[in-house]
Amino acid sequence: MTIFVNKNSTVIVQGITGSQGAFHAEKCLEYGTKIIGGTSPNKEGQTILGLPVFNTVSSLVEKLGMVPDVSMIFVPPKFAKNAILEASEAGVKLIVCITEGIPVLEMMEVKKHLAKNGTRLIGPNCPGIISSEECKIGIMPAHIHKKGPVGIISRSGTLTYEAVYQLTQLGIGQSTCIGIGGDPIIGTNFIDCLKEFEKDPETKIICLVGEIGGDAEEQAAEFIQTNMTKPVVSFIAGVSAPKGKRMGHAGAIISGKKGSAQDKIKALENAGIAVCTSPAEIGVTIRKLISNI
Amino acid sequence: MKIHEYQAKDLFEKYGIAVPQGFLAEDFKTAQSIAEKIGYPCVVKAQVHSGARGKAGGIKVAKNQEEFEFHAKNIIGMELKSIQSGDEVKIVRKVLIEQGVNIDKELYIAITVNRNTENIVIIASQAGGMDIEEVAESNPEKILKEDIDITKGLSQENIDKINDCLGFDCSNVIKGLYELFVQKHCSLVEINPLVITKEKTILAIDGKVNFDDNALYLNPELLELRDINEENPLEVEASKFDLNYIKLDGTIACMVNGAGLAMATMDLIKLANKAPANFLDVGGGASKENIENAFRILLSDKNVEAILINIFGGILRCDILAQGVKDAASTLDIKIPIIVRLEGTNKDLGAKILNNSEMKFIVAKNLDEILKALGEL
Repeated sequence: MTIFVNKNSTVIVQGITGSQGAFHAEKCLEYGTKIIGGTSPNKEGQTILGLPVFNTVSSLVEKLGMVPDVSMIFVPPKFAKNAILEASEAGVKLIVCITEGIPVLEMMEVKKHLAKNGTRLIGPNCPGIISSEECKIGIMPAHIHKKGPVGIISRSGTLTYEAVYQLTQLGIGQSTCIGIGGDPIIGTNFIDCLKEFEKDPETKIICLVGEIGGDAEEQAAEFIQTNMTKPVVSFIAGVSAPKGKRMGHAGAIISGKKGSAQDKIKALENAGIAVCTSPAEIGVTIRKLISNI
Repeated sequence: MKIHEYQAKDLFEKYGIAVPQGFLAEDFKTAQSIAEKIGYPCVVKAQVHSGARGKAGGIKVAKNQEEFEFHAKNIIGMELKSIQSGDEVKIVRKVLIEQGVNIDKELYIAITVNRNTENIVIIASQAGGMDIEEVAESNPEKILKEDIDITKGLSQENIDKINDCLGFDCSNVIKGLYELFVQKHCSLVEINPLVITKEKTILAIDGKVNFDDNALYLNPELLELRDINEENPLEVEASKFDLNYIKLDGTIACMVNGAGLAMATMDLIKLANKAPANFLDVGGGASKENIENAFRILLSDKNVEAILINIFGGILRCDILAQGVKDAASTLDIKIPIIVRLEGTNKDLGAKILNNSEMKFIVAKNLDEILKALGEL
């Protein structure tokens, strides 16, 4: 078992003919992801990577006679809002949006629509989701992942790879690894993932990688304390970040007295979570806890 | 993107929100002629991208010509250091000269994004003035936070509640500010104070407007409001090459891909009892040229004593990064140590390129080895 996606998930790629879309669709196919087609405006009838291309998701659904489980989105930011809404309207229940740079107010609008349609969104501005050795939907380097007991949730891309790499180097595998994205408004948050990991029998321990800005980590800490039986290990990036500066992710702004790494670490520690002080210690901290399970 | 107060006020006027009569000056002579035109009392206001300018001495009221000349001379060209700008010192290049106002009440109104409820939130309070941050801390009940569902828009009910909180009919201000926020994709609009004058008019005395950088393409005319004098010159240079760079005051320069890993790398530098000279995320799509420019920018910071390159190749290929670093190193005379850690896509190719260059790199295989190398500098 894994969460959100597994070896049976059928996947389409919106923006499959673009350079990013095509490159990563190919990598996902190589990993074993069941990609059944893609969309690109005015390219209906063409094929790419041996897959059929359609103008829209609704056309794809009509012609293939099925609704795919997941859509992975690679379209440029100015088309991303409509791409997400289009997939949701066509009945796709899980959307993974890799695109970076979508305006916050557009995401706000998108989320209201998704809530009505019962669609889950992962991202935007995220590396995607991977259930090790089953299904990769995103841009993460495949070779560092290995099947195992650790569920990973992270707001960052490359820092997630770092955590995965440290674990795999120690011989510890991962069940599902989700990059939830670094924007102020995202589809799926820490708590959504924690709930699923708690239910997933394959996941024995969870690694939560956070960063400065907002209070998602504080909320997660509260949730973990009252609802989780599985152990959680955390690292928060940005202890050294100066106040008020924007560190790449639009969400990573410490405004006023809120959102500092110190506040987050305190909240997590108060909830009984093991917080690594150094990013170099994520792997070894998890190894220590696993030996106690 | 941030803009100046005078630019924010231009926008307020376009959205039907009244502001005091005022004009911009960049030198004393112009300031003087403006003061003569609008009369006394008048206010001299430093135009820099920073809050709490008043506390830093950048805003002064002049009751007569003598006072005006004293303040204007002081403020034009002054080095302003406010509690809200960190340790950064800003030079005052422009001043706004405004007519004095008979203040009866000072209110507060702002609009921003409520990340928790994923709505637009209007924040209002009768406790306007300089210390709204403190009010939010000590008397949160004096502040109204009214959520607006963007798909439904501002309702009469929302407006009534905000007016109730403010104790005055500010409907036009609320509507104008909301329209500005949504149409121009702001991340923050704030009027503090929103003044009720003794003559019972409503005036925006101070204003702050920040825009969502990701949405600027929807309103390209806003780009003209950018003032690069207010930004760090190295950051301006970096932005030309799509590099996410922030200048800091330490001595260890770092080049990383991905914002999270870049922050974690800065944290690692701190754990080694050193301080990062910058934040730099070269991104996933960086070309060889971008990397070369990034390297040049890092080296132009005179405080830098060593460079740390930490790359986890995903979209970004290690060989492209290595080639950029090698090319930059061959044109620049580098005398400081460079620690390199390459992992992920094409890491072996990258390592080979660096080994074949004339530069001596300190190679680290993982974060532990980076820590060790930093300790040995």
